Amino acid sequence: MSSYKKYWKSVEELDENSSIVEALKNNEFVEAIPTDEFLGNSDALASSSTSRRDFLKYVGFSTAAATLAACEGPVNKSIPYVLQPEQIIPGVADYYATSVFDGFDFANLLIKTREGRPIKIDNNTIAGANFSANARIHASILSLYDSMRLKEPKIEGKNSTWAAVDAKIKSSIADASAKGGQVVLFTNTLASPSTEKLVAEFLGKNPNAKHVIYDTVSESEALDAFETVYGERALVNYDFSKASLIVSVGADFLGDWQGGSYASGYAQGRIPKGGRMSRHFQMESNMTLSGAAADKRLAMSTANQKQALVHIYNIVTGSSIAVKLDSSYKSEVTKAAQQLKAAGSKGLLVSGIQDKNAQLLVLAINQKLSSEAFANSGVRLIRKGSNAKVNQLIADMKSGSVHTLIMSGINPVYSLPNSTTFVEGLKKVKTSVSFTLKEDETAMLSTIAAAVPHYLESWNDLSIVKGNYSITQPTIRPLFSTKQFQDVLLALNGQSGSFYDYIKANSSAIIAGSSWNKVLHDGVYAGVSSNIGAGSADYNAAASTLAQSKAIQGLELVLYTKTGLGDGQQANNPWLQEFPDPITRVSWDNYLTVSNADAKKYELSNEIVANGGLNGSYATITTAEGLKLENVPVIVQPGQAIGTVGLALGYGRKAAMKEEMMVGINAYPLYKSFNNVQSITLAIGDGEHEFACVQGQKTLMGRGDIIKETSLEIFNTKDAEFWNKQPMVSLDHKEVEATSVDLWDTFDRSVGHHFNLSIDLNACTGCGACVIACHAENNVPVVGKSEIRRSRDMHWLRIDRYYSSEDTFEGDNERKENISGLSSSLSTFNEMETAGDNPQVSFQPVMCQHCNHAPCETVCPVAATSHSRQGQNHMAYNRCVGTRYCANNCPYKVRRFNWFLYNKNSEFDYHMNDDLGRMVLNPDVNVRSRGVMEKCSMCIQMTQATILKAKNEGRVVVDGEFQTACSNACSQGAMKFGDINDSGAAITKLAGDERMYHLLEHVGTKPNVIYHVKVRNT
Amino acid sequence: MKKVGNHNSIARKLFLGFALSLIFSLNSFAQEVAPDAAVADAAAAPAPASGGDAIKGKELFNANCAACHKLDAKATGPALRGVAAKYDTAWLYKWIRNSSELIKSGDPQAIKIYEEYNKSVMSAFPQLSDADIDNIIAYTSEPKAAAPAAVVAGAEAIPGAAPADSGMSNNIILAALALVMIILVVMLFLVNKVLTTVAKANGIEVTPKTPTTPIWKVFVRNQFLVLISSIFLLLAGAYFVYGFFMQIGIDQDYAPIQPIHYSHRIHAGSNGIDCKYCHSSSRVSKHSGIPSLNVCMNCHKSIAEVSDTTATPEYSKAFYDNEIQKLYKAVGWDAENQKYTGKTEPVKWVRIHNLPSFVYFNHSQHVNVAGVECQTCHGPVQEYEIQKQFAPLTMAWCIDCHRKTEVKMEGNEYYTKIHDELSKKYGVEKLTAAQMGGLECGKCHY
Repeated sequence: MSSYKKYWKSVEELDENSSIVEALKNNEFVEAIPTDEFLGNSDALASSSTSRRDFLKYVGFSTAAATLAACEGPVNKSIPYVLQPEQIIPGVADYYATSVFDGFDFANLLIKTREGRPIKIDNNTIAGANFSANARIHASILSLYDSMRLKEPKIEGKNSTWAAVDAKIKSSIADASAKGGQVVLFTNTLASPSTEKLVAEFLGKNPNAKHVIYDTVSESEALDAFETVYGERALVNYDFSKASLIVSVGADFLGDWQGGSYASGYAQGRIPKGGRMSRHFQMESNMTLSGAAADKRLAMSTANQKQALVHIYNIVTGSSIAVKLDSSYKSEVTKAAQQLKAAGSKGLLVSGIQDKNAQLLVLAINQKLSSEAFANSGVRLIRKGSNAKVNQLIADMKSGSVHTLIMSGINPVYSLPNSTTFVEGLKKVKTSVSFTLKEDETAMLSTIAAAVPHYLESWNDLSIVKGNYSITQPTIRPLFSTKQFQDVLLALNGQSGSFYDYIKANSSAIIAGSSWNKVLHDGVYAGVSSNIGAGSADYNAAASTLAQSKAIQGLELVLYTKTGLGDGQQANNPWLQEFPDPITRVSWDNYLTVSNADAKKYELSNEIVANGGLNGSYATITTAEGLKLENVPVIVQPGQAIGTVGLALGYGRKAAMKEEMMVGINAYPLYKSFNNVQSITLAIGDGEHEFACVQGQKTLMGRGDIIKETSLEIFNTKDAEFWNKQPMVSLDHKEVEATSVDLWDTFDRSVGHHFNLSIDLNACTGCGACVIACHAENNVPVVGKSEIRRSRDMHWLRIDRYYSSEDTFEGDNERKENISGLSSSLSTFNEMETAGDNPQVSFQPVMCQHCNHAPCETVCPVAATSHSRQGQNHMAYNRCVGTRYCANNCPYKVRRFNWFLYNKNSEFDYHMNDDLGRMVLNPDVNVRSRGVMEKCSMCIQMTQATILKAKNEGRVVVDGEFQTACSNACSQGAMKFGDINDSGAAITKLAGDERMYHLLEHVGTKPNVIYHVKVRNT
Repeated sequence: MKKVGNHNSIARKLFLGFALSLIFSLNSFAQEVAPDAAVADAAAAPAPASGGDAIKGKELFNANCAACHKLDAKATGPALRGVAAKYDTAWLYKWIRNSSELIKSGDPQAIKIYEEYNKSVMSAFPQLSDADIDNIIAYTSEPKAAAPAAVVAGAEAIPGAAPADSGMSNNIILAALALVMIILVVMLFLVNKVLTTVAKANGIEVTPKTPTTPIWKVFVRNQFLVLISSIFLLLAGAYFVYGFFMQIGIDQDYAPIQPIHYSHRIHAGSNGIDCKYCHSSSRVSKHSGIPSLNVCMNCHKSIAEVSDTTATPEYSKAFYDNEIQKLYKAVGWDAENQKYTGKTEPVKWVRIHNLPSFVYFNHSQHVNVAGVECQTCHGPVQEYEIQKQFAPLTMAWCIDCHRKTEVKMEGNEYYTKIHDELSKKYGVEKLTAAQMGGLECGKCHY
């Protein structure tokens, strides 16, 4: 055989005469390279004096020049004041007391300012300042520096002046009265005595004017009920600290129910004192913070909740209205009702059912109990909206009888369920004015978009609770050309002076026995809050009407507001968008929460994909009216009542938003007749949604040493060793206490300060205020949805959420103990990864544990992380080279790595990418660069500042002075911080408490963060 | 031929050596401080005025009047030179003791002045006796001394003349030395030539030098030497490269040109103003604080020009006065009418001490708590005409001081307990900042 073997590419080659073969032989490239494109112009080529050598020279020189230039330091300029204000010293923080009410949230605050710019929000703790900031209020400081704010007034979309705006409104009102058209002030609840007076004066001057109040998330039914009974449009200000038995029927009072802010009172009763703590029954459809905190939670649909409420009414008042309560709930509801009745004046019933009759029953039951929590702390004035009046206004607008519409503090085009009708009506209004922070959906369609200042730039007065008076004062000069709604009203009324003068003049009658300066300094004036008087209505009729209310056809959709975004007015706030929901741990999204059973029924699923991210199915929602929402992402939610689904309001905003923040689905169109319960049908949609979820694990897997839980009964009857077991390890084949074995040498920390942070799991409700406060204090960057999905979140403080797999955590522990053999352990553990259908929930805030024997410190090759005598684990960013060994060796997974440069980087277009947003940065804390590790520092800048203050004043540090951002923010008192070398300090007692334990104690890290065993009053 | 070549090489070496020495000596000149030019005493002999002692009058004037009045310029009040010529002495007595009464009494002259000076009332000086006022009047009646201005002007006419002079004399000495050296070299040549000639004449044969291997070849052949010297060169190179890298970002002696030539020498040195008068926030804040312009105006409202003695050969009085004008422009002060115009132009000072953002430094801790003198870190500021960065501001420098400095705990209750316990533990009497924990990373880096 011939060894000569010829390979041919095509049959063409076999033909010797083919021209192609010849051509191919001569051409290296089959197709001509288009050199003409860049070398074709021979003239230009010839005339160019730059040769290849020259090019290389230039490259070389410029590189060298750049290198040399880099050695030169930048020239920094310092510009002192021309006339330094007396109270401002550069480098020293000033605090101003103020209060906020934005139509949804309210709080009494202390604003920290540096060199004239507010940088942090703290709680005002002076007597009379009863309302502390939630996560949204803590984040609102960033909304002040929102680069998308409306910077000057606009008339018909064009920038204008305030003189023109004032003139236009004035002429429009004159025109309205000439033509007999209506002038309508369409505002959020004002809760401000001065503004209300001003509005009344305006209405007095303009007989054709009226005032319509609109609450984005309505509490109209509760207000109607209260008005019917007591003749006043207000909400009860419950005092949860006085209740030892709490029954909540669909009220997420630890969330945003009736304004929220009940957590601190509630938490007081939750810490076992003298063997007693409050007991809490929760009946709800969505899994809420209140449900998570409850001792006994019943997942039930709203239809069942109504029956349950009537059932409780029957038992407490001894009536006998026929109820159709599902038999599976009957015994538990009866138990709750009997205990409530037994508790008497120490009992409290609350309900979030949007039904006037249901709300009447709440009043009836609490009256019957003569509940102390109900009757003694006055009424809240923070919601006054009326659904009927809003609907009437929209009808008037549609009929064309509204001539001038002046809106303030609301965004109805976005948030009204019948927004399209409203927009139609708006077109018929001659002049519409929107007083707004941003050029939002409504402002864009209004004739005049009037830029208002942020509350941190405004004057106002508030009466949150009747009898209580607080003042909103500016903490910075207005950043933009803005004007308050009230100042414009003053001008329209023809009054001279500013709104500040008006408040001041007005206040004198209110603040009897105090002075304006004192009230301004304190921020509040604690007046006398009146008790709720007597009142009555036909409760039996209400009960029987409620019992006969029809159950919803199809699935029951329960709309709610999320801890992060609330009603959605701060949707452009990256801190809030990135804030993981306490329950689902999902950030940057809203979603449909579906029970496990319904998920199976509709073939909806969640799964964790290969890159660690969470994916979920899409669902299509169709309402009874035929409204369709497509591509709603689905989260399978343990504890969701079967037959119900939940969806958060406040998402899906598009106007005046950065593109990254335009996430989620607008659920307001589903909020028909302002009822948070709607009937829908559900179908699975195409494709999968990519969630940014920060916690993949759902359950505790029976690891009772992570969250130690016990029941009140065991806590009271058994020794601490039983319910707070010390972990044992084997040393020389003997079981010894884990704390007695150590790899490290002990260091004497008995001299000076030694900081400990105590976290009481009983008091923690998972509200997340600490997470945002930590962001603000420590310049924590925002990384965005895709980075969160890659598990690159930068939160220094996270709140882990665990579900039980069985009905209780105790059940989990037992099940784990009973495992025998490999196969049983494999299958059981596999099953235990799934959360139960109505699980117990526990929250655990986890930050750097500041271990005295820290595993991270020993593995750092460059000694960038080291320990201090004061117990803080230090992190020297400038020393870190980014090996990430420390993060890998940390048993608590609290170290965060800067994968990118998060400031001044257009890839991360959040607040740190613009000059305005960077004004929020804390000048005492370094902004970390790319490639370094960071973590909780136990707010060393704050402890050092406290020490320095004492040194400067030549005194010892007093107990309570040491604080961290999280302990300051925690109004529940779950987080306490202090110096354990101070024998009299509160923290020293907490550290010696028998409920105290360390996280993962058997690892032997000796942390300086301590936890307290959670006790449930089951 | 060879010999000539040898001579040549010697001559070249000598020349090089000379050139080198010249270079170094010139450099050393550059470093030398220019000697102070003799500034003549500005005060000319007082011409005694009638009825008063001008020397006593000057004291009284400085103590009582100088806050608002100047001799030759308008300040808060009018210029006072020759005031006696304008007004009657008896009237002056009344005016000085209680001007407002005089105004109330309807004295037309008094009212005129009152109106002219923005209705600002002059403080009453009832404590001054007639004799005192006579003395003051005597002082104000002195003729203006013209001489010192001329001296200063003369000095300013030839700027840099003084240092040039002293340099010249040194140059002459050096040139003479060089000349001597050249003569010596020439003489050596001549002697050698003569000796060779004599040797030749005497018939002594000069044995030509056997050609030796050049020294570099010997060096190259000796591998050990090559090894040693290359190691030495490498180490030396590394030393200098290390030195170069370590100084990057260290701006010791950084003395940028500031928008207003502010002289610490004049303020803190000559006038002895306390540092913390202007840098008041150093007591309470992390920043020492660049004083706001209203602090400058506390004094400069009445100091519109420097005294003649303030000027130096380098910076003339006119120069300094112009800098004060810059301040007035920035703060919006109308010196003519003695009021603020409201038009301000904040001064953009160039920051001298730039700590990186990852370092936390607090002035109050050092100034107020520890009682560290400003000069410890900022150098002899009172001598600086142009402020510069005195310390390297490196971490080593900080640490070094923390190691050496004892904690000032006297009278500070904060330290009492900690200090007692810690000093017992370490067995020392006084603790250093380092022992208190001043070396822990997180104390400065967060």
